[in-house]
Amino acid sequence: MTTDTATEIGIDRNVGDFSYPESHAYDAGYGLTPATIDYISKVKDEAEWIREFRHRALDVFNSKPMPTHWASKDLNSIVFENIRYYLANGQRATRSWDEVPDDVKRTFERLGIPEQERKFLAGVEAQFDSEAVYSNIKKAVGDQGVIFCGPADGLRDHPEIFRKWFGKVIPTGDNKFSALNSAVFSGGSFIYVPPGVKVKHPLQAYFRINAENFGQFERTLIIADEGAEVMYMEGCTAPKFETATLHSAVVELVALKGAKIQYVTVQNWSANVFNLVTKRAIAHEEAEVKWIDCNIGSRLTMKYPGVVLKGRKSRGEVLSIALANDGQHQDTGAKMIHAADETSSNIISKSISIGKGRSTYRGLVHIPKHLKGCRNNTECDALLINSNSRTDTYPAITVRGTGNSSQHEASVSQVSAEQIFYMQQRGLTKAQAMSLSVNGFVNDLVRQFPMEYSVELKRLIDLEMEGSVG
Amino acid sequence: MPMSPAVLDLEEMQHTQAEDSGPLVTSGPANGESEHDSAWLRETRAAGWETFTALPMPVRTDENWRFASIKALSLAAFSRPLPLTEAQRNELRARSQGLDRVAGRMIFGNDQLLSREVFSEDLRQKGVIWLPLEQAAVEHPEIFKKHFMREEAILGGQKFAALHQSQARAGAFLYVPRGVEVELPLETFHWLHGANSSCFPHTLVVAEEMSKVTVIDHFASADSEAPGFACGVNDLWLGTGAHVTYVCAQDWSRHTLAFQINSTVAGRDASAKMLTLNLGGGHARGESISHLRGAGSRSDMLAVSIADGEQEFDQRTFQIHEAPHTSSDLLYKNSLDDKARTIFSGLIRVDRKAHQTDAYQKVRNLLLSDEAEANSAPGLEIEANDVRCTHGATSGQIEGEELFYLQSRGINRADAQRLIVLGFVQEVIDRIGNDQIAACLGERVQAKFEGSRRSR
Repeated sequence: MTTDTATEIGIDRNVGDFSYPESHAYDAGYGLTPATIDYISKVKDEAEWIREFRHRALDVFNSKPMPTHWASKDLNSIVFENIRYYLANGQRATRSWDEVPDDVKRTFERLGIPEQERKFLAGVEAQFDSEAVYSNIKKAVGDQGVIFCGPADGLRDHPEIFRKWFGKVIPTGDNKFSALNSAVFSGGSFIYVPPGVKVKHPLQAYFRINAENFGQFERTLIIADEGAEVMYMEGCTAPKFETATLHSAVVELVALKGAKIQYVTVQNWSANVFNLVTKRAIAHEEAEVKWIDCNIGSRLTMKYPGVVLKGRKSRGEVLSIALANDGQHQDTGAKMIHAADETSSNIISKSISIGKGRSTYRGLVHIPKHLKGCRNNTECDALLINSNSRTDTYPAITVRGTGNSSQHEASVSQVSAEQIFYMQQRGLTKAQAMSLSVNGFVNDLVRQFPMEYSVELKRLIDLEMEGSVG
Repeated sequence: MPMSPAVLDLEEMQHTQAEDSGPLVTSGPANGESEHDSAWLRETRAAGWETFTALPMPVRTDENWRFASIKALSLAAFSRPLPLTEAQRNELRARSQGLDRVAGRMIFGNDQLLSREVFSEDLRQKGVIWLPLEQAAVEHPEIFKKHFMREEAILGGQKFAALHQSQARAGAFLYVPRGVEVELPLETFHWLHGANSSCFPHTLVVAEEMSKVTVIDHFASADSEAPGFACGVNDLWLGTGAHVTYVCAQDWSRHTLAFQINSTVAGRDASAKMLTLNLGGGHARGESISHLRGAGSRSDMLAVSIADGEQEFDQRTFQIHEAPHTSSDLLYKNSLDDKARTIFSGLIRVDRKAHQTDAYQKVRNLLLSDEAEANSAPGLEIEANDVRCTHGATSGQIEGEELFYLQSRGINRADAQRLIVLGFVQEVIDRIGNDQIAACLGERVQAKFEGSRRSR
């Protein structure tokens, strides 16, 4: 396939490309100083220990260099002084849809939240810039004792549950951007599922950046107590601004004995967002954590969801799909840290590079000594659509001892010209044929996604091929 | 071809050793033998020394040194190549037992040429140039200058490549003219002798259009307990349609810090095959780069590492597809016992224009003990879309059933394990396609297993 199909296959990012005039009651201004942190902490009326936590994190952030010795040099394009770190209209998430301000409501209506909520969502938290604006857990879930709130509420109202794990899965100093998040975090979801409770429907959150030069730093902490099960889904969008926008979240998951957590992300930021996210889970004995990670938008995404397999027979899984178009670099991957016997991990990553897009898989698998019966399987497949697309794979695997095994396979290929030719002579347009082929490439992975997300993904890919004829 | 002894050329070198053997790191560039030194080589060494002193030592955060034990890299203890007595020279000559049938053999000890033997009439009649490095620089300056240290070490070993350049005196220069096929392998021995001595083996192969040659280097320490430092470079240049097979069998002492830096440049439709056998060394690092520069070229990159004790084998590879219709196939196998560590970090890069590339990379680790550690980082960087690139990395252990089967046939457990490891690495050794070399390497692997370090 040597013809230039970049124009034929451009992923549609217009669905989220709209914004409203901003009129924020709270605005921390541009730049990041200790005063910014005091402002955020004061506005949010936080406990002293949180303010101190933020200040310490700021010091760590300032002391850490940009990780450009291994990561993309594009990180240096982020000008931290030009970013606004906190913007909000009010402090409390409103409980009823009617109380949400009209313009914000219009934004979310265009994103289709209330409708989706009616259909299958147990609870929705929508974050607009720095704070959650709408939050409602269906009564049934609340009655089961499930807590679903923001970090401010969580740390204030349920410190006995959340403080114990807050910043423990991902310490402040984990990396430069987890430190940044720890300094200025606002919004996000804190979820606690009591022992044995199986949340039937997924909990869901939407994140949206509406303001230019704004950085969004939500913080999510999900604790599934013994034997509990929960699925969490998040979607992200932002309008297209002229200047770069920063999204840097920290997501911590704790699956206690026998618990199951599934975390689904469909990331569709506009192509000027730096999306630098740290996601990690701790899986205790016989627990299961599954990250399903879809990266379609953003300018540069760096995200490597990880699982620390702390308990015997725990299991971690990362399923990742990345799609990089012109001007985009999807630097995604997975980390699996085996820390107990008989733990198993599975990583399946599929990436598609279109036009001048670049996708990168970066992985880490660590099986230290004296463990027995640990298994890792990693598969990375990359599809290159155009002759100037690019893909990279950088796995790193450390295995010690005789009781464990690891296998890694990766392949790079292109859409087969014969396949396209075959489908075209059966009457399909070239775009339809490409669409079918690309969908086929990701199909076995997409099938494992929650239904509504797999439908959405398929539709997104189809959309690209539409009208691409000629 | 006769069974050798008809020696056509035999030069036993008796030169005097005038140099002092001070600490290596403050020694400055090496001085060559006065009769065999070119001004150009002297300048090149001085430039190498300048680069060496200017570059920093590697640090842990450098991606090219990820997983490596940086602490093991200190050069402070080592001296310049130590002088040898006549008795020592004779001993090393006698211990240089390699292949039975070779076209020629050169022996170096602590970078001093001990002997050069030519057995094959082919070499002289067909215009093959096969000379010690310094002599080649004087007698064939044009070809030498064009190829000596012309490819940059880009896998982290820049400083050590520069050090090598500043000290390079020893090694074989081989030039095979157009259309010439050298039937038997050419072999070179490099010995480290004495405590804390250093050596800088250089192998330079220039194979012209449609030529064919096989070269083997044997590296060893005279005393299996002596600490030492070896820092070698081997560069292979293949013209259109040339076939070069190169084998490097490394058996330094367990207290040797060793670097071996390779670049292979393959021209149009050329085919390069390189196999490294890692047996010795305390910390041995290999950097190997294949430039698939001409359309239709191919490179086979092979390695077998048998690591035990506290050995660390650090292998970095780079398959660079610079032209269309090129293929590369890498297979590295590591067997790890005791507290051994191996590192494999490899990258395949496919340039924008290199369509119809077929690149493959596979590393397999066989862990034999609970303390052994295998690190694998197989990487891909692909910028062309009409390609087929795959890589794989596996780490595992011997299955209990396999051992049980062999034990049930009366083979004790330790022997059974060795047999399985031999079978595991044989596949790689066989790919060299030369029975004589395969047998020689197989014997060395067995000898290592038997624990008795050969006294060759």
